[in-house]
Amino acid sequence: MTASVNHPKDRPWLMRAYSGYASAKESNLLYRSNLAKGQTGLSIAFDLPTQTAYDSDDILAKGEVGKVGVPVRDHEDMELLFDQIPIEKMNTSMTVNASTAWVIALYVAAAQKQGADISKLRGTTQNDIVKEYLSRGTYIFPPKASMRLTSEVISYTVNQIPKWNPINICSYHLQEAGATPVQEMAFTLANAMGVLDAVKESGHVKEEDFPNVVGRISFFLNAGIRFIEELCKVRVFTKMWDRICEERYGVSDPKMRRFRYGVQVNSLGLTSQQPENNIARIIYEFLGVVLSKDARARSVQLPAWNEALGLPRKWDQQWSLRLQQIMAFETDLLEYDDIFAGSKVIERKENELEEEARAEIDRIQEMGGIVPVLESGYMKQQLVESNTRKLRQIESGEKVVVGVNRFEEAEPSPLTADTEGFFYVVDDSVEAEQIRILEDFRLRRDKEKVARALDHLREGIEKGKNIVELSIECARSGVTTGEWGKTMREIFGEYRAPTGVSLVAADVPQTGEAGKVNERVRKLNDKLGRNLKILIGKPGLDGHSNGAEQIAVKARDVGMEVVYEGIRLTPEQIAESAMQEGVHIIGLSILSGSHLDLMPEIVRNMKKRGLADIPLVVGGIIPEADMEKMYHAGVKKIYTPKDFNLNDIMNGIVDVVAQANHVEL
Amino acid sequence: MDFNIEDVFRGEKKAVAHALNLLEDRRPASLEQNKALIEKLSNNARPSRHVIGITGPPGVGKSSLMTYIIREYRSRGKTVGVITVDPSSQRSGGALLGDRARIVHDPNDDGVFLRSMAAGSHMGGLAWRTRHCLTVFEAVYDIIIIETVGVGQSETEIDQVAGTVAFIVQPGSGDILQFMKAGIMEIPHVLVVNKADQKALAARARNDLMVARTYSQSALEGWELQLVMTSALEGWGHKELIDVLERHNMFLSEKGILEAFRRRKRIEWVIMLFRERFGTFGFEVLGGEEKVRKMIAQEDINNPLERLQALEKKVFCNRLPQRAQR
Repeated sequence: MTASVNHPKDRPWLMRAYSGYASAKESNLLYRSNLAKGQTGLSIAFDLPTQTAYDSDDILAKGEVGKVGVPVRDHEDMELLFDQIPIEKMNTSMTVNASTAWVIALYVAAAQKQGADISKLRGTTQNDIVKEYLSRGTYIFPPKASMRLTSEVISYTVNQIPKWNPINICSYHLQEAGATPVQEMAFTLANAMGVLDAVKESGHVKEEDFPNVVGRISFFLNAGIRFIEELCKVRVFTKMWDRICEERYGVSDPKMRRFRYGVQVNSLGLTSQQPENNIARIIYEFLGVVLSKDARARSVQLPAWNEALGLPRKWDQQWSLRLQQIMAFETDLLEYDDIFAGSKVIERKENELEEEARAEIDRIQEMGGIVPVLESGYMKQQLVESNTRKLRQIESGEKVVVGVNRFEEAEPSPLTADTEGFFYVVDDSVEAEQIRILEDFRLRRDKEKVARALDHLREGIEKGKNIVELSIECARSGVTTGEWGKTMREIFGEYRAPTGVSLVAADVPQTGEAGKVNERVRKLNDKLGRNLKILIGKPGLDGHSNGAEQIAVKARDVGMEVVYEGIRLTPEQIAESAMQEGVHIIGLSILSGSHLDLMPEIVRNMKKRGLADIPLVVGGIIPEADMEKMYHAGVKKIYTPKDFNLNDIMNGIVDVVAQANHVEL
Repeated sequence: MDFNIEDVFRGEKKAVAHALNLLEDRRPASLEQNKALIEKLSNNARPSRHVIGITGPPGVGKSSLMTYIIREYRSRGKTVGVITVDPSSQRSGGALLGDRARIVHDPNDDGVFLRSMAAGSHMGGLAWRTRHCLTVFEAVYDIIIIETVGVGQSETEIDQVAGTVAFIVQPGSGDILQFMKAGIMEIPHVLVVNKADQKALAARARNDLMVARTYSQSALEGWELQLVMTSALEGWGHKELIDVLERHNMFLSEKGILEAFRRRKRIEWVIMLFRERFGTFGFEVLGGEEKVRKMIAQEDINNPLERLQALEKKVFCNRLPQRAQR
């Protein structure tokens, strides 16, 4: 096979941007303006309460309403979101997982109200629960129940909305959680197999339609900086998926076996130090997923260069879009066949990756497949360990990150010089306004109809009826997101996933810097009379727990006793746990931008229990401008992504505890 | 003591937590204070308390099972105190206490209190702290549950602190075979096959255990090892489990075993403290472990710390003349 310029040019990938914020009304205006500019599809971000099925006035929703996406609480919100936008003609991508059945029900109800033909709807729901347990954290129900929900969304759409992509299986978040390329492939493919097996077992899809189910599955990948390895990863993914579809599911049409994937390149690896360097990182990472014609991404989202600093502005997003356009329209990339076909070096690497991934998949199948393996905490533990290894390499300098652990000296950047008004900030009044709208809606609706719909939901689920169909009735009857969530929680139970943290066994010998911190901890322990005990957890609904997990493992490795409480904690839970556990210090991780809402609440709850003297430290994406307010609220130390040296953070914790207990070290 | 002991007895969580913090303090200067505190707590131990040990290998779903156990006891009007014990790293001394994250409970409920503990350097797995802190729980809660990871010695140790021991296994994991081989069968009073929603495997596990049971010695004369199937996933079996646990408690008190057990528990506590302090050397000085055990048993042992001090004196007295001879 030779590269040729005589072929018709290959079509470029889809260039997407993820958006949605504040309220249905504002998001609607934004969508309409984007559509007017020629954008062809919509990609909707929902706020965390929608993703975890809570109403805006739920205690857990505090500070999260409209923060990372649009709040949708009932059918009126969904109708407003698509006001003057013809749903039937749209291609709508929705980032929603645990509450997919509900959101799609609202979407269908809104479409029907517009008079749309449901069978013509097009779009994608993420609907991938496995990576929620492993990384992103917006799961609700136990794994088995979640698999049922996932499978019912699939059978509903395959039967009713045949052009819909019911699931977008994500390896993206696994890489963020620390997955190696092999783990990324193995866990993701095992996940896909689990989903397909569940649909098959359910018997809700006719056998002759099953290849269509397989063909509708799509994937969402991450691309890291080791771009040759990443390039091989996407090639192997493509090959392995093809084989699984053919051998395991007997799909004979090669088109149905195609590994269709979208990509967002790694945004977690972007640095806040010398942030302009991130442009180079974004481009190299981008190369890995577009260079191979035989395994090219179908759609690509590039992060903005300054994402490590805060929410990007429109101009920042535009710059990333231009990077893609230059690659697609100026370079000659699309004129060639697969440029790696026949490369011995690439082939060798591919074989190596494939062999290891296959072995890992076999291991998971031997343990009973994806559901029992999730429950056992095995995958989570593997990810936490990989991530720990990676961070240790950065800390030791073995893994170079330019501007962070090497070549740190830099000229002042003109790009970041003017930080005043630099970031887009969500207006504080949004939450109160949303609660007001919701309360108004609750007063206006027909209460009996709501109660009846919820009863039908309960009974129908018991009888094995399709959950999406039952939820559409709820949506039409005026049930709210929180009410749907509450009923479902009663039926299926709420789940706390294995954190993986307590299973991480291998703590390295404490030498060098870490050894010194360990010494300090032991000294402090003797002076305190009992061992330094720290509570680590995440308040709010944001479930990205990787940072908190790494801090927990590190704290253990330097000799602290760590109560790791995991995600989705209310201010009250945090204060209560701190009291019952008798900790010396609390460490909280907040990434969703709700720190200013949550902190005063946490401090208030601590004071109420007489715990004002327990120091608080916070890690997360905290803009400079907010720091003063955080210190004022009673926070003793703040760590941002800039603080990559975990030993420094541990030393800081030791200092704060020593000081709070009037101990000299 | 800058808190009111009456508040502890009333179950005020802040006071309970404070008492626990004090009892965990291992500075020599705190010994006298802790002795007095343990004395008061022991005198106020609830006669009706029931200490339950829950143990089993990692990954069998102990924490989710705990969620249901707590809920069921609460619905029966009992207050519940929980101690979860996780291993400490021998290298750094640190520990990851991850159970709290997985036990769903209501922070506003004054009838539930959870405390996580590291096993510390102590070999067997249950920290000396566990025993100290247990005195607080015994004075406050109706039901006290100690959850440990069932590896190595901790099963035998849990037998020394808990009146009822439940061992949790899951079907099809190989745990059951290990369990039978290891001869741990003699310790638990209740065997729980969790994740019994895996019907075929669970049925097989049940058969294996039934057969194994006929070959093993019972932990307690007159009590046959009970087998309970539960599913945290589908939410059943917990009522039956609690029924069995309560029945065992009834059995203990009716047979008059409970008092003897509680006494033995305190003897072992002193032995453990003594071993930690003096090792085998201490036992040698006083004529061997069995002799020490008898010495302890002769006295009133309401306060183990006091007994420890008495033994300490003996060690020093016996040791000093020998040194003088050199």
